Amino acid sequence: MKLALGPLLYYWPRARVLDFYEEVARSAADIVYLGEVVCARRHELAFEDWLAIGARLAACGKEVVLCALALSESEGDLKLLRRVTDQNPFRVEANDWGAVRRLAGREGWVIGPHLPVYNPRTLALLHGLGARRWVAPFEATRETVVGALAAQPPELEAEVFAWGRLPLAHSARCFTARRFGLQKESCEYRCLGFPDGLPLATREGEPLLVLNGVQTQSAAYYCLAADLPALASAGVGILRLSPQSEGALRALELWRDACKGALDGRRARDELAALAPAPLANGFWHGRAGGVLA
Amino acid sequence: MVWGKRRARCLRKESDAVELVCPAGSLAALEAAVDHGADWVYCGLRDDTNARNFPGLNFDDAALAAGIAYAHRRGRRVALAVNTYPQAANWGRSTAALDRAAAAGADAAIVADPALLHYARAVHPRLELHLSVQGSATSYEALEFFRERFGVRRAVLPRVLSLAQVEQVARSTRVEIEVFGFGGLCVMTEGRCSLSGWVCGVSPNVAGACSPAQAVRWRETRAGLEARLAAVLVDRYAPGERAAYPTVCKGRYQVAGEVYHAFEEPVSLNTLELLPRFAAIGVRAVKIEGRQRSAAYVAQVTRVWREALDALAREGARFAVRAEWKAALARHAEGSQCTLGAFSRPWK
Repeated sequence: MKLALGPLLYYWPRARVLDFYEEVARSAADIVYLGEVVCARRHELAFEDWLAIGARLAACGKEVVLCALALSESEGDLKLLRRVTDQNPFRVEANDWGAVRRLAGREGWVIGPHLPVYNPRTLALLHGLGARRWVAPFEATRETVVGALAAQPPELEAEVFAWGRLPLAHSARCFTARRFGLQKESCEYRCLGFPDGLPLATREGEPLLVLNGVQTQSAAYYCLAADLPALASAGVGILRLSPQSEGALRALELWRDACKGALDGRRARDELAALAPAPLANGFWHGRAGGVLA
Repeated sequence: MVWGKRRARCLRKESDAVELVCPAGSLAALEAAVDHGADWVYCGLRDDTNARNFPGLNFDDAALAAGIAYAHRRGRRVALAVNTYPQAANWGRSTAALDRAAAAGADAAIVADPALLHYARAVHPRLELHLSVQGSATSYEALEFFRERFGVRRAVLPRVLSLAQVEQVARSTRVEIEVFGFGGLCVMTEGRCSLSGWVCGVSPNVAGACSPAQAVRWRETRAGLEARLAAVLVDRYAPGERAAYPTVCKGRYQVAGEVYHAFEEPVSLNTLELLPRFAAIGVRAVKIEGRQRSAAYVAQVTRVWREALDALAREGARFAVRAEWKAALARHAEGSQCTLGAFSRPWK
């Protein structure tokens, strides 16, 4: 089982991002996904900065994948998309069908988790267009994954989101800006003040979601540590861990130990729970409401 | 009067007039849409192959055939929505839905899943293909992918683009553009939203339903009327406050010490005033949301939009929204409030 560090979904100051990926270079991650997935207005890092971070990580033996935006709206978004898909050094994760159009015919690109690919025929179709890795949609159950992978060629890898706050939705509207009475186009980059997003609770005080600009995440941490044997037997070869401002490196170590068998899955889950400032959940994998812990 | 309207429409078809696409959750609603001037009616079958998979709603084969015959006799067209994302286990149900659409003589299928589009094109080449809003195509790059690969003729845009962005998209693709004109407003990009699945285990992509009634609980408490989806408190209403159906994106929550509608208020989309702009930028069709609504809703909303589109064709630049149209639509809006949604940049 390989470990992938998912793209940084939050907006951190430039120096913090650079420091973080210096640590990642020495971490247990096999694969590192880079780039801006959430909001094209974020500019602490330029496109060239991501390429430089990628080069540094690749030199340390990491496989680097550059991610495309989840939601393209404007001509500016498409320009960024083309820069991502047209660069050569790194594989690309497509997160919308526009990216797939740009990548079709090139071998090696990744079907990102924001693409709704749920069945074996669509997966085979995209494999025919050059995709070599499928990151299952966040809602995927074990049956979804087993069903989609049946009769696929062995070079098609499967990856599942296994740790972190799940990105549940994207909008044209920026909800962080909305909280402060601002519009997206004049958002004052308020996300910078929330390195793990802005928590949202019900009127009873139950943590429910996290606002991350135009993206809405779960408050609970999705955690499939206790499901490792089922993941492996389903044909999953890569686990995606989503970075947070605290404990991301420690989480990678715990997952490494769990994958090696040095740490029992349930023990790993308990230790991971101590890193999470929120309850754990794994419902989608078990075919239940995502927020449930089965 | 209906006959006169029909003739007017036949004339319009040869021009570039904006087409009116109306919802039907029953044969009665389909007939109401046709009678009141829909150019297209869209509907779904009674299963999880479409995004309004609600009990008591939708069509069996006999009703579908009868509805299509009714529409065709009056020169209108019918599209069948097969717009959930099938998995290995229920793949056959979705292909069967496309077979049933073709057998019943539907004019088009509204589809989101690429492999299903591929199937429809290969097996039913005469069935026109429309990309569902669930297909989440928000750029011309995405639309061209579906046109080049599967021959998609028309696409329904997710409710995330501003007017300027719609114009840019329409200018840059050969796919016909359909936009939502009226009805329930998805705040999140359609086809990408797992909020309902997260809270209650039923999601539009997979099960064809958002916030299904069986997961909704209403309860009077001392603090007010509580609306829950599964166990989650979506909102609580003081006496006299108007309660809204509890979808996650329309609830009131606490964020950084404030209680408010963190995503959107319970409002409906209404773009009547944008009709001249839609026509000018090349929008081909306007869609009315609401297959889950009654035949009376379909009749009244279709009538207003037909009148507006006919007025637009007659009056061109002099077109103005009439007060009686606004009043009629407001009666059907969620919370009696309307918004331009993402079409208006300040909304974002």
